Amino acid sequence: MTETNAAAIGATRETQADRRRALLWHIVDDYSLILIFIVLFAVLSFTVEYFFSWDNVVGLALSVSQIGMVACTMMFCLASRDFDLSVGSTVAFAGVMCAIVANASGSVVLGIAASLVAGAVIGAINGVVIAKLKINALITTLATMEIVRGLAFITSHGQAVGVTSEAFFTLGALELFGLPVPVWVTVACFVVFGVLLNKTIYGRNTLAIGGNPDAARLAGVAVDRTRIAIFLIQGVVAALAGIILASRMTSGQPNAGEGFELNVISACVLGGVSLMGGRASISGVLVGVLIMGTVQNAMSLMNIDAFYQYLVRGAILLIAVLVDQLKNRRQSR
Amino acid sequence: MTMATTAPRLEFRHIGKTFPGVRALGDVGFSVRAGSVHGLLGENGAGKSTMMKILGGEYIPDEGEVAIDGEVMHFRKAADAIAAGVAVIHQELQYVPELSVMENLLLGRLPTRFGLVDRRAALKWTRERLDALGVDLDPRARLKSLSIGQRQMVEIVKAILRDAKILALDEPTSSLSHRETEVLFRLVNDLRAQGKAMIYISHRLDEIFELCDAATIFRDGRKVADFDTLEGVTRDTLVQRMVGRDIGDIFGYKPREQGEVRLAVKGVTGRAVQQPVSFEVRAGEIVGFFGLVGAGRSEIMRVVYGADRRLGGDVTVDGRAVKASHIRDAIRSGLVFCPEDRKEDGIIGVRSVSENINISARRNHLTAGLFVNDRNEARTADTYIERLRIRTPHRKQEIRLLSGGNQQKAVLSRWLAEKDLRVLIVDEPTRGIDVGAKNEIYNVLYELAARGVAVVMISSELPEVLGVADRVITMCRGRITAQFNRGEANEENVLAAALPEGASATPMRNA
Repeated sequence: MTETNAAAIGATRETQADRRRALLWHIVDDYSLILIFIVLFAVLSFTVEYFFSWDNVVGLALSVSQIGMVACTMMFCLASRDFDLSVGSTVAFAGVMCAIVANASGSVVLGIAASLVAGAVIGAINGVVIAKLKINALITTLATMEIVRGLAFITSHGQAVGVTSEAFFTLGALELFGLPVPVWVTVACFVVFGVLLNKTIYGRNTLAIGGNPDAARLAGVAVDRTRIAIFLIQGVVAALAGIILASRMTSGQPNAGEGFELNVISACVLGGVSLMGGRASISGVLVGVLIMGTVQNAMSLMNIDAFYQYLVRGAILLIAVLVDQLKNRRQSR
Repeated sequence: MTMATTAPRLEFRHIGKTFPGVRALGDVGFSVRAGSVHGLLGENGAGKSTMMKILGGEYIPDEGEVAIDGEVMHFRKAADAIAAGVAVIHQELQYVPELSVMENLLLGRLPTRFGLVDRRAALKWTRERLDALGVDLDPRARLKSLSIGQRQMVEIVKAILRDAKILALDEPTSSLSHRETEVLFRLVNDLRAQGKAMIYISHRLDEIFELCDAATIFRDGRKVADFDTLEGVTRDTLVQRMVGRDIGDIFGYKPREQGEVRLAVKGVTGRAVQQPVSFEVRAGEIVGFFGLVGAGRSEIMRVVYGADRRLGGDVTVDGRAVKASHIRDAIRSGLVFCPEDRKEDGIIGVRSVSENINISARRNHLTAGLFVNDRNEARTADTYIERLRIRTPHRKQEIRLLSGGNQQKAVLSRWLAEKDLRVLIVDEPTRGIDVGAKNEIYNVLYELAARGVAVVMISSELPEVLGVADRVITMCRGRITAQFNRGEANEENVLAAALPEGASATPMRNA
């Protein structure tokens, strides 16, 4: 009897040390991406001229603000094992819509409201078709991507719609506490969606659905409702990005945001969001967006031809996915 | 069977393997003679599967070595092990479902004529081999159209055709029918006669006694016992060494007080439940549902819970009606369900143990009605990890990395964490789980029943139903055929009621 007791005590002590070690691994895993970004930023600061200046950093932030906003909601979409290709078209359509309504009504507020509603409708259609009619998300959003892009061209007659109201331009150009409004909006998105992901049932359920939709449903998760909400919110945020982009360009352009959806998804994947669903972190997505923007920015400063920038972006994405694979393999070995 | 004069065919020497946070194996060694079947026993998570993955070249051991015929092997990948004549047949089979039996068997070396696949030659070759082995399979049948047992047979044939001299079978019978099991046993006996060395992993002790010449028992990543022969060894000895304590009667049934009717099911129908089904369960009662696979037990319970659409009938919990086809209303009424297929329907593999436990109950612990209460969830998770003895390095471990028994305990914890649990339906709660964990799960059911929860347990293991339930309900072809109180139920009458009329009551295998 005493022998068994002694063995039991030894066992618990060992497991406690093991527990601590395993938790440490978790922490290293969680923050490895942030470390990579800090190193990248430091190296570029020393090697690339003009990189480490306030103006450049603000410019960098502004350049990734649209991608950043939508990456927040795309994270939810990917985390629930879904996919949304329609955001680029929604960005364009929302910009056009906003410009047309604002011009016709003379009210910028009405224009913004109209395009946010349009975004919500597009998102809701995506969500209902995918969740209720059980059509594959890739196919559904590929279709809506085409349809919405078409709508953008039809409503604008294929041309940029200039906005006459001065108030509209300030939205993209105004600075608050030293940072442009779009950057503040993006920061707000990261805070709000970070809290939603980590601190609410909505976020936790999103991850559960992505991890195993059947098990989530049997555990009492409102799967359909959550999936519709994810797409609806994504539509609204994409529209918001479209409005801000239009404001920065002073017009709603039907061909805006081409390839935008892929940049957003790239940033998410770079940030460690699993395409298999169930794994996502807001800090990862933030760093993913920043790494994309930083590399782009540094290449521009170094006068690297824009054509080559495609190659670099693709290479970074591949490397990120490979690193993620290796990490997973170590965990399951 | 007196071939053990020279070096053993297969030898594990001081094997050690550590994963982040878990010591899976420590200084484990045993050897297997040619022409023998060596049983490998232990609870889930004892390290058996890790050992098999080391043998198969999937894991590289941190310490120790594997020797074949006295020669030390250095497997770096699965192909190395295959080349050395090792075939490991895992629980999760590896085959191409869209291809036929012969294509799977000949994968990578299909005979060709003028650069095209010579189907006739392939068919002839496959027929001859299957006939020689006495395996009754159509070479042209697609793998996905075969039963799990038949697919397993294909896998074994594949190993034999590769001329493997060492075969390891990891729980081969867990999803086999009685007849398929017999075929498998005959094949294993033939292979033994041919001088193969075999490792046989199973939770079913009578299979071990029937097939194995020798056995090794693992516990917590260590070897606790070696038996050169199983003659004179009792079942109780094996169980006791596996579990590390004397669990006595594995079912450990204790009678309880029963209260009013808690769950009432009246005339319920669904798409897979054609005839209306009615039954009642009292507070504190454990009702066992027994029947053959496909008798409609899971189907009716899924409709009762709301997982599948309810087309007719009423379900009430303590007199309050539960909305049809509405899982969340069932949970709010205190009616919960642990599904049969843990991996597909139970756990969320990539999420943590804590997430899996808190997924449902967290709605009652929100701060400001909106935010998840992390501290409360950590406390809940740790409470159940300790109470149900869930073996995990910590609550943040992804649940897919746990063994089956521990995953099942986590799924149970999910419902134990509900503050107002009234009816618990468990579907095959101990399938693929070792003796020790089974016993622990039964104790959880007893404890819940003692608290007044009405428990419904679906099980295909007759001894389990007879040993645990206060009342047994048998089903056959979608119908409830009989009910027996604990005193009246025995193997014969329960089985007779569960079998379709006209079928002979062949005795079933015990668990």
